[in-house]
Parts: sequence; C-alpha cells; structure tokens
Amino acid sequence: MHLINLTVNAEEVRIEVDDRWTLLYLLREVLALTGTKQGCGKGECGACTVLLAGRPVDSCLVLAREVDGCDIRTIEGEAAGGELSALQQAFIDEGAIQCGFCTPGMIMSARALLMRNPHPTQEEVEEAICGNLCRCTGYIPIVAAILSAARKESS
Amino acid sequence: MTENLIGGSFPRIDGVEKVTGSATYAADMKLPGMLYARLLTSPHAHATIRGINTEKAKALYGVKAVLTGADLPYRVGLYMVDKPILADGKARYFGEPVAAVAATSEEIAEEAVKLIEVDYEPLEPVLDAKKALEADAPLVHPDLDSYECIRGVFCPKGGTNIANHFRLKKGDAEEAFTRCDKIIENEFYVPQVQHVPMETHTSIAHWRPKGNIEIWTSAQSPFAVRHLLSVALGMSQSMIRVVVPYLGGAFGGKAGIHLEPLVALLSKAAGYRPVRIVATREQEFMTLPCRQGLHARLKTGVNAEGRILSQEIEYIWDAGAYADYGVNIGRASGYSGAGPYEIDNVKMDSLTVYTTKPFGTAYRGFGHVELFWAVESQMDMVAQELKMDPVEFRMKNLLKPGATTITGEEITEYTGSVRKCLEEVAKEIKWGETCGETCGDGGARGRGETAPADAPSDVPSDGRHGSRSEGKVRAKGIAVLHKAPAMPPNTASSAIMKFNEDATVDLLVSGIDYGQGTATSLSQIAAHELKMPFERIHFIWNKDTDFSPYDWQTVASRFTVMGGLSIIKAAEDATRQIKDVAAEALNVKPDALEVKDGVVFVKEDPLLALDYTDVVMGYKFDNGNSIGGPVIGRGSYIAEGLTNLDPETGQGLPALNWTYGAHAVEIEVDTRTGDIEILKLVSAFDVGKVINEDLCRGQVIGGCVQGIGSAIHEQYIYDKAGRLLNPSLTDYKIPTVKDIPHEIMPIFVETPHDKGPFGARGVAEHPMISVPPAIANAIFNGTGVRIKELPLSPERVFLALNPGRSKP
Ligand code: FES
Ligand code: FES
Repeated sequence: MHLINLTVNAEEVRIEVDDRWTLLYLLREVLALTGTKQGCGKGECGACTVLLAGRPVDSCLVLAREVDGCDIRTIEGEAAGGELSALQQAFIDEGAIQCGFCTPGMIMSARALLMRNPHPTQEEVEEAICGNLCRCTGYIPIVAAILSAARKESS
Repeated sequence: MTENLIGGSFPRIDGVEKVTGSATYAADMKLPGMLYARLLTSPHAHATIRGINTEKAKALYGVKAVLTGADLPYRVGLYMVDKPILADGKARYFGEPVAAVAATSEEIAEEAVKLIEVDYEPLEPVLDAKKALEADAPLVHPDLDSYECIRGVFCPKGGTNIANHFRLKKGDAEEAFTRCDKIIENEFYVPQVQHVPMETHTSIAHWRPKGNIEIWTSAQSPFAVRHLLSVALGMSQSMIRVVVPYLGGAFGGKAGIHLEPLVALLSKAAGYRPVRIVATREQEFMTLPCRQGLHARLKTGVNAEGRILSQEIEYIWDAGAYADYGVNIGRASGYSGAGPYEIDNVKMDSLTVYTTKPFGTAYRGFGHVELFWAVESQMDMVAQELKMDPVEFRMKNLLKPGATTITGEEITEYTGSVRKCLEEVAKEIKWGETCGETCGDGGARGRGETAPADAPSDVPSDGRHGSRSEGKVRAKGIAVLHKAPAMPPNTASSAIMKFNEDATVDLLVSGIDYGQGTATSLSQIAAHELKMPFERIHFIWNKDTDFSPYDWQTVASRFTVMGGLSIIKAAEDATRQIKDVAAEALNVKPDALEVKDGVVFVKEDPLLALDYTDVVMGYKFDNGNSIGGPVIGRGSYIAEGLTNLDPETGQGLPALNWTYGAHAVEIEVDTRTGDIEILKLVSAFDVGKVINEDLCRGQVIGGCVQGIGSAIHEQYIYDKAGRLLNPSLTDYKIPTVKDIPHEIMPIFVETPHDKGPFGARGVAEHPMISVPPAIANAIFNGTGVRIKELPLSPERVFLALNPGRSKP
C-alpha cells in the first residue's frame, strides 16, 4: 500500500492505494465515483476517460499510485454547482446520448478539447474523440453537440 | 404543455442522469458482503473434459465458492434447452465457461481461476456450417434428440448438427423455373460478428437463505430472465426477482438469459452472499454470444420483362455451439427471407446448424442484416443480367397493396410502402445522375464512371472508363429492406399508471430503454392519452419483476407499438375512473365530462371543474363523505390474430406489422488501397407515424453506422483449431468517429399502420439492415467488381479489384 494525496473534482483526497490499482479502480471501487465507466480495461475504448492535469487519459491505463499530487477531474465534476455545463446540455439537446455508457468519457474528452481549444473545427472535434467508442449514436450527434457547446461556451 | 405530444421532439428523459454520470448501471452497484466472480474458459473449440481439479483454487484465501459443470445439473435454453451453465463433460467452443470462482476480490478470484486444472481431450472442431452438414461431421450435440424444445415450431434433427430446419413453399418453384427467360444463381457469405455494447454483460445475484433469488442484471428482458431461470432451476417464478437498472447498450445481445444462472448458483454455493460478475471485454467477444454467420444460396428466375417468377433460397445459419435465438432467427428470417418482393413461387430451406464456435443470438435485425446481404446483392445481379436499372427492376417486383407475401399474408394499404421508401432515397441520392464533381465523365443510373484498367471486365453494361487520375471511383448503390417483429403469436405487454397525490403519474412498463428512447416516446404517448402535460409523467426507470407489470421481451422493435397500445388502454382506464368520481362529485353524467391538463370539467360549462389533485386520491365532499380512491390505470395488449406457421409450407400469419425501408449510398472507392469512403447515405423507413422525430433520427443514424460496421469492418477471425483470434477492440474494430459517412439523411415515410399507436411501427432495428448490400452494389456500379462475402474490408476490396495481387 502507498499513501497518496490528490485532488479529485477540486476536493482533496488522501488515501492508501494498492500498487496494482488503476486510477479507474480507485475512482470507481474505492472513491465510489462510478460515473467513469469501464468498457475494456485496456485503453481501447475511452469509456474511462478522465482529466489528469487537464489532459484526457484512459484511467484504466494509469496506476493509482502514479497520480500522487495530481489534479483529477471526472464526469462528476462537470456540472459545477449542480448546474449542467453547456457541454452536458448540448449532449442532451443534440441527441448525443443513447445508452449513455460512453457519455462520461466522451464528455471528458470533449472538455479537454474545449479547454485547450475553445473554437475547434469539426476535424479537431473528430480527432479529439476518435479514441472514444460509441456503439449507439453513430457519432454524428456527438460531434454536433461538441461544436454547439463550443459556440455557446465561447460566446 | 400538451401540444405536439405526438410527432414533436422531446429531449430524452434520461438525459440529465446520463450526462452527469449519475445513471446507475449494474456494474456501478455494490451490495453488502458482495463477492466477485471470475470465469475459467475453454482453450479448445471442441474437447472432452476428462477431469477438473479445483482443490488448489478452493484452498486460496478469500475464495468462497468454486463451481464446475459437474456441480450444475441444469440446462438453459430459449427454444432449445441445450446449454449447460458451465461446460458439462465437453467444451463446445473456445471461450466457453468451464469453471467459475467467487471470492472476496476480483484479484483473488482471478488468481483462483489460474489454479484450476482441467484435463481436456481435444476433439475435432466443427468450424464451417456447411461442412457440419456432411454425413461424417463430428456431432456438436450427440444428444440433440433428448433436448426439450417446442416441437412442431422447431424441428431439430437428432444424429446431425441441424438445430432447426424451417421450410417454406409457395406455389411451385421448380415448375416456374421452366418458364423463366433467365435464371441467376449465386452464393453469399456473412461471417459472425458481435454486438459490442460498450457495457459488457454484468450480473449480480443474491440467493437468499429463504430460497428466493434476487438479481440485478444488464438484461433486455427481465421477465424473460425470470422465466428462463425458473424453468432451468425448477423453481416458481415468484421466488425470483429480476431488476434491470440502466443498460449500457444491448442490441439483442442482452436478450434472453446469460450470466444470471451462474452468478445465482455461485451465490448459493458461497453461503448466500451476493455475487457480481462483470464480463471482461475479451469474454464479451469469446464467451458471450455473437451474431450467427450465414451461408446463402439464391436462385432467381425472371422473365424477359423483369418479373421474378421463381426463387429458390437456401440459408445455412452458423449457430455456433448453442441454439439460443439462432433457431428462431432461422425461422423468422425464413418467413421474410425473400425480401419485400411479390414472388408467386418460392422454395426455401433455412437451416440452423451447430458448429463449435461462440454461439449466435439475436442482434439488431434478427437475421435480416445477414439475409438482406444476399437478397439485395442478388437483386442487383439479376437486374444487371437483365440489363435493367436496379431501381426499375425492383419497382416491377416490390410488394404493393393486394399482393401476398411468401407466407400468404395479404398486403394492404396499411402495411406500409417499400416503394415509397425506394422512391424517396432514389430521389435524394439523385439516382440516374452522375456522381459528385470528382466523378468520371457522366453516365446513367448514378453509376461511377471510372473503372481500374486491370479490374475484371464485368463492368456494368453502361459503365464507361473515365479518368483514373487519383485512383478513386465514385458510385451509387441502393438496397431495400423489410422486417417484422419476430415473436410468438401470444406475445403480450402491459402498463400501469399510478396517480400520485400531486396528480403526477408514475408510468410503469417493463420494456427496457437501453438507449432507443422508448421511455421518452412512451411518456409522450401517456401524456397525450391522459391529456396531461409531459412533465407530469414520471417514467419509472428501473424494471423490477416484483413491481413492474409483465412484458414479454424488449426485442424486435415492438415495444413502442405494443407498450404504446397498453399505455393507451391504461390511460382510458384511468380517465374513466377519474370521470366516474368527478361525475358523482359534480352530479353530472360521466360522458358530460372532459379532461385536459389535469382538470376534469363539464363540457357544456367548463367552469364547473375539479382539479385532479381533488380526484385522484378520492374525492371528499364538504361534509367529509368520500368517494373513489387512488386512481390506478391498467392496460394490456396481446398480439391478436397471429398464427403458428405450417411446418411443411411455412404458410400463416407470423407478424404483427412490417416496417419497410430503403438505403441509397454514394461512395468513393480508392482502388489503390481498397478503402471505401461513404459520402452520403440516405435512408427511408415507413414508420407509420413519427412519435418523436429526434429519437427516430437517432435510431437511424446509430443503426446505419452499426450497419457500416457489419459492412466494412467487423468479423470474427479464427485459427484452424477454432480459437478466436480477435477478441479485443484493437483487433475487432467497430466504427469510430473517423469511419462514419460524411452525411446521413434519414427520411420518414408515414403510411399509417391500422393497429399501431397513432399508426406507428417500430424502427429500431431496421436502419442497420441492407446497408452492406447498398455499399456492395455501389462498388459494383463503380468498378464492375461484385463481392459476395462480408466484410467489404479494404483488403477484400483491394484483392477483388486487383486479382492476383497481394495487399500492398
Ligand atoms: S476502459 Fe479504459 S479505455 Fe476502455
Ligand atoms: S450512447 Fe451507447 S455507447 Fe455511446
């Protein structure tokens, strides 16, 4: 076991982690932040995407003990003050959700994009989510949602 | 608001839960004392299990239960009771569960699994469904004859690998062939593919000391899980409770019953502690079911005018190791297996055949994606042979009111119009006009005009060589489709509407919304029928067999129709109760009353009114006397008038309704790499009535992209020993955002269905069907090369365009 300190969605966390735990395991099974999903556990689907120091990572590929001192943001941190972000609202409005299993990871990848590039082109949006698999929506509404959120957030 | 409840676009009611990560899926749940299960799976496609030693696993600290097939004398099955819960004496596919462990953590369970020793004696695998039919093929189920099944509906053949043989005979195909001017015969193949829901199969079970079982599971059909489990374990249905929370994609792969019996029995063996299993992605591919493969042979006879006079069809379904839905797919795709065409003489044999591969189950389209690959490729090939335009040829033969289907069902003006769908997509893709700018030098029928110089010379009759400047060819293709819900003739649904004190309504049904948006559409129907604002309908999300009213299954795109009809009846029932109480309170006749926006009032004197809050829990007179009581509306619906099909001729009325559709694509083929880019996909469906346009569009776009997966990307690949070589998302690619068409245009045709709610029909599965042949037809139109096997992967396309070359 290993004692680490980190912030998760702006809250400080101090916890003993097993050497084998992934960040995904820590979030879901230990911190009960189950909004982040596991679709493969191997870095192939993007369902587990969270922000690590503002950058999107597959949390199933990151070891928990490596995030000592890091700032983590998950889907649970997206609706600041209980209010849906423009991105979340756009996902609903554009029909970018069906089963919803890919949604948390998609939104985190999109959030990372909008943080570094508030005015992305369609190609840049596609690039940003090409590691996030969705089996339901056919992606078209997701791309539309991210572009529409970008317009709203930057206006 | 009560305006535009039907046909408008309401945002999905589950949106907020899903975008905030608060929607709870089965794997997000934990019960006190919960154990974690892991599986040991077979490394052989076919092997006798001589012995299993679980001593070391059992001795590991934290292990609470270890089970093998020998501990579980049960079989489960939907139609054919052929599947042991863990392999019993014999492993029938690579990936089949052979033993299972429940332990206090996933790591311990995993470690314990590695300590289990199994002594296998490999047997010859059966990997090809056609070879499985040969007389000397090894038998996958030597005891087939002893299995229970609904005989008369299904016809297994003991001593062979045939799990079901569906026959259909209309007219006299053989005789009719003698009158044909041309006879065209072809064979087609579709490999096994997978649903790939983003959430893998997950189940939690708690066998309680009292002997009852509670299950939380990622299943499409809670009542089906309960029923099948009760049959398998020989216990009363009332002893089993099945709860379905949010479901992360299903597409048919979570219909029926899967990991539930195993975790239930692990829970019992572990001393009544709850047990959870989450399939790994690898197991999702190799252990859980996939979609059957299909070998198809079509022989079509036409006269010189282009009418189809006769058709002989053979479908050989590669079921894999267990029959599951496979036998019913063989049957359902049999009765619709000639496509939406009017053909007087048809002979069809649809065989579901066991092999030693992962077993097939229902997958969006229920066999129709596979069979339409054959039918719609064949139709273009026949048109080509006749030198006729493929749209024109189809128009001559498509079903229209007055025609009869191959099972003898009469098409009426309410059935829906496949012709209209085809017309619409042809118009939108500009059929008959040249492809977009970079296309060659023009020509008829939307055909691409360039063909690679070294392509086989079977170029479309009017194809002309154009520039090969960039090695890219543009072309268009079309295909039509149909499908009806495949269900037993007595399929039922029910709905309950429970009023709350504040005159909101809890809507209880048991169909699952795993993303299709049915919960939202049904809430719209409920609000419309109750004449109440949409916001007052509270759709109860979790389905719980202890509390939710019965529903057969959420499959077959039937839930909007059958659930909708139940809701309409429940609303009538509730409204009648409200009017009865209000009539007495206001001292008028019930039929003098009208309801709107949560108020019941006298039609002639609208000021004489009562708010629902004063009625739905009972009405209290000024003196305290009370009448009525809590209002609970109840409605149910059972499919009426359907029949079993004649076992020899396949004649009868199998389906509640047909949904027709058509696709048109414009593609660009890169002849140097075999890559296909889809520039535009237009898809029209006769949905009868659009209930929620956004949700319908969502179904179409998502379904089309899944169809592109089947068309271009996906297939199971095995080695010679029958080991699945690509059980991962890296080696089995599903479409990513980079693989989608530049444009998808859904079109809805509305020919009202006389029995559907507001005339609606289901459309959840249909968008996926016939996408592959539309693309293959476009490839042919552009290059003159016909590909008869899926997927249309770059490798296959390149090799077809460049015979004799190996992939660059
Ligand atoms: S779960 Fe991490 S990428 Fe799939
Ligand atoms: S919404 Fe189901 S996987 Fe994306």
